Formats: sequence, C-alpha cells, structure tokens
Amino acid sequence: MLELTPSQTVGPFFAFGLPFSGGGDVVPVGTPGAITLHGTVRDGAGAAVPDALLEFWQAGPDGRVPARPGSLRRDGRTFTGFARVATDRAGDYRLRTLRPAAPSDAVQVRHAPHLAVTVFARGLLHHLFTRVYFPNHVQANADDPLLAALDEERRATLMAVPDGGVTGPGYRFDVRMQGPGETVFLDLSAHGLAQPPAETVETPETP
Amino acid sequence: MTTTDGVPDPGPRTATQREVSAEIATAAGAAPRTDGHPDRAYLPYRSTALRAPQRPLVVSPPSLTELAAPVFGIADVTPIEADLTRHHTGDPLGERIIVTGRVIDGDGRPVRNQLVEIWQANASGRYRHEGDQHPAPLDPNFTGGGRALTDEDGTYRFVTIKPGAYPWRNHTNAWRPAHIHFSLFGTAFTQRLVTQMYFPGDPLFGLDPIFQSVTDEKAQQRLIAAYDHDVTEPEWALGYRWDIVLDGAHATPPDTDDPDGA
Ligand SMILES: [Fe+2]
Repeated sequence: MLELTPSQTVGPFFAFGLPFSGGGDVVPVGTPGAITLHGTVRDGAGAAVPDALLEFWQAGPDGRVPARPGSLRRDGRTFTGFARVATDRAGDYRLRTLRPAAPSDAVQVRHAPHLAVTVFARGLLHHLFTRVYFPNHVQANADDPLLAALDEERRATLMAVPDGGVTGPGYRFDVRMQGPGETVFLDLSAHGLAQPPAETVETPETP
Repeated sequence: MTTTDGVPDPGPRTATQREVSAEIATAAGAAPRTDGHPDRAYLPYRSTALRAPQRPLVVSPPSLTELAAPVFGIADVTPIEADLTRHHTGDPLGERIIVTGRVIDGDGRPVRNQLVEIWQANASGRYRHEGDQHPAPLDPNFTGGGRALTDEDGTYRFVTIKPGAYPWRNHTNAWRPAHIHFSLFGTAFTQRLVTQMYFPGDPLFGLDPIFQSVTDEKAQQRLIAAYDHDVTEPEWALGYRWDIVLDGAHATPPDTDDPDGA
C-alpha cells in the first residue's frame, strides 16, 4: 500500500479553476421529472459560507450510475450524474437534476436512493463527504445501512426537505459544517473501514 | 497582554508569526493521522475554527454510487487547457515551467483518462480573483486555471508559470509558500482529492500553517514536487515531477462475471 498524497484546503480562490458553466444544470430546464435541489452552507456560528464548493454525484432514475463523459461541456441530452456548484454570497447553492433510483441489480448492501456529496471550502483542510436522501423512500430509507445506524436527529441532517420551487418540484438540503444540527459527514475511505468501528462510529442511543 | 503604548485595543488581536509558529510546534508533537491527511481542526490555520466538524465522522461502507466516479473525456477538456501560457494573445510574465507526474491509487495502479484540474497565482503571487487584495500586478496574459486528462499510464502534464508566494491574513506577516492547487478524481468518488503542490526548498514551509497542517514529515514531503532535469526542455522551460497517490481502492462488490474470481 503506497502512502497517500495528503489533502490541502481548496482555499478561497478556486472560482476561476473549478466551477464551470452549467455546473449545476445536470439536466436542462423543462426536462420531464426535473427537480431543483438547493440549500445554504453554514459554519459553526450559523453564518453563511460564501466560499464553499459542493459536488453531487448520483445514479439516474433508471438506478444506473452513469459512465458518460460530458459534464464540463453539457450537450443537453446526456445524463452524466455529476454537478459542481459554488455557494454565492449568501451561502446558497442550487442545482437541477433528476431523482436518483436505487440500483436494480441485486447487491449485498442496499442503499436507499441518494446523491453523494463532497464539500470543499476555505478553512476546510480535507473535504467532507455526505449524502442527500429523499423522505418519500420510507422503506428503502429504513433499510439503508447508514440511516439505520443514526438517531433521528442526526438522520434528519441527511434528508432533503420538499419545498416546491419556482421551477418545479424542489428540495432543500442545508449543510451545517459545525455545531448545532451539524450535518452527518462520512468516512468512506478504505482506511476508515480498516479502523476498529468503536473508535469513530457513533453508537446509536439504545434504550 | 503587554499593551504599553496606550493605543486603544483595535479588536481581536492578530497573532504574530512567533505565536503561530509556537502553535505549529505544539501541534507537530501530537500523533499524526495515520493516513497522512491534516486534522480538520488544525487551529494554527485560523479559518478551521468554525468550519471543522465537531462530531466524529461516521464510518460507512461506500454505496455503489460512491464506488464509481464521474467519467470525463475529450468532450470535456481540450488539449490547450493544459498549457496555461497560451490562454491569451501574449506570453505571460514569469518563469515558464512544466509540471508532470502520474496519478495512481494506493495499490500503484494508474488512474487512466481521468480529470486533473489546477489553479494558481501568477508569477507575482496574485490570483485573478476579486477577493485577492495582494497589491501585486495582475498579468493580462495569465488567468491561472488549467485542465488535463491523464493518459493510459496515469500521466498528466501541464505547462504553466511558476507561481509567486503571496501574503494572507491568517496572522501578521503570514505568507504562503509558492504552490499550485490540484483537484483529482480516481475511479471511485471516495478517492476524490483536492490538494496543493509545492516547490522544493521553499523557505516558507516551516512558517505556513496550511503546509504544516500535514504534521507527519514524510507526508509533507509527498506535497513537494521534485526538480527533474529530464522533464526540463532545453532553451524553453524547467521541469518538475509530482506523482499523486489517491486513497486505496475498496474491495469491489462481487462480480460473478470475473473469470479470475479476484
Ligand atoms: Fe493558493
């Protein structure tokens, strides 16, 4: 096993390096079934974070994880499943995409439909992973191994909240980097799985 | 506490380099993270204070989505994007350099046909960004953003200008060592990495809380490119080599079609 290259912060000046035109337009306006996903990124004091960058990566409505290029120069037809959006001065972000479905093929661990999320920001020395789940998948969410391991309060931080937007069905998903209502962030690394779970996994409250 | 000149307190006091260096020395004494990454709550870098989570990360097996990665191709990146010296009509000022290396995973396998993105300050240490207040000149012939795809061997290659060091407001007289920001994807979303590449022998390494947030000395060395005379091109540009190792691959879900059964 080779030694990893360490992470460093994205810093404040990524605006001309990472965001790209149409980064949040995973599907064009007017696409049947399109949803908007939007929210605010806040810090430990509850202040908006105007220099965060979020990435979203997801399966499509057919349950398949896309393997098609073209995210950086969208052709208006191909669903690539990848979005990248910076927060604005108010800490808000927005994207337009399709609802993901669960994979149709049988697998050992079934996760409920979700979007994988990466959070980058000035002041964040190593990005954070989290997930957006959808509340209507009641049974799938109950069976999801991550959601099942969280108490109600923490689980709620991973749930998109329906809030019909002006451009069609909408969901709100806020990110709280620190403090009250702190978003559940994930250690998905091979390294993390090699650690004894007791050290880092939060034990759900047992009555 | 030693305000003796009668000047009114201007508000929260900015630490001196000496004080921050003492904090860096204290943090360096703690056990480094075994994966070599910085502790997100590294306080000598002041902006971590309200942005590092307080709850432990929840260890979770990756989903099928997270075990895959976005695919990028020639539809996404044109070759000229890898030459940052040719994004305007004229030549940018500064020292032209070549930066190349391989992107590999923890098992040494090349990450093929994948996106590598960079962004950086110009030769004067100034970013083309409204938030950069450093009174150093912008260069009309340099923007500072580049993209490239790795080849079949995992190799990327950029032509650019050596960025300058620049001041920032972390503490009094804080300066960042010259660096190029890098963004990398692997074959799984879990391998995502954003980092910074530094240049060998920089006198600011010991003073910089961001570089020093990697507390393991060997891990620090993995952030520093090597000067490579074989990459240098005569009468044209100096060459640097920097290989990047992403997080190890996960055991992939059982694949019944795999003839090796591996
Ligand atoms: Fe920088």
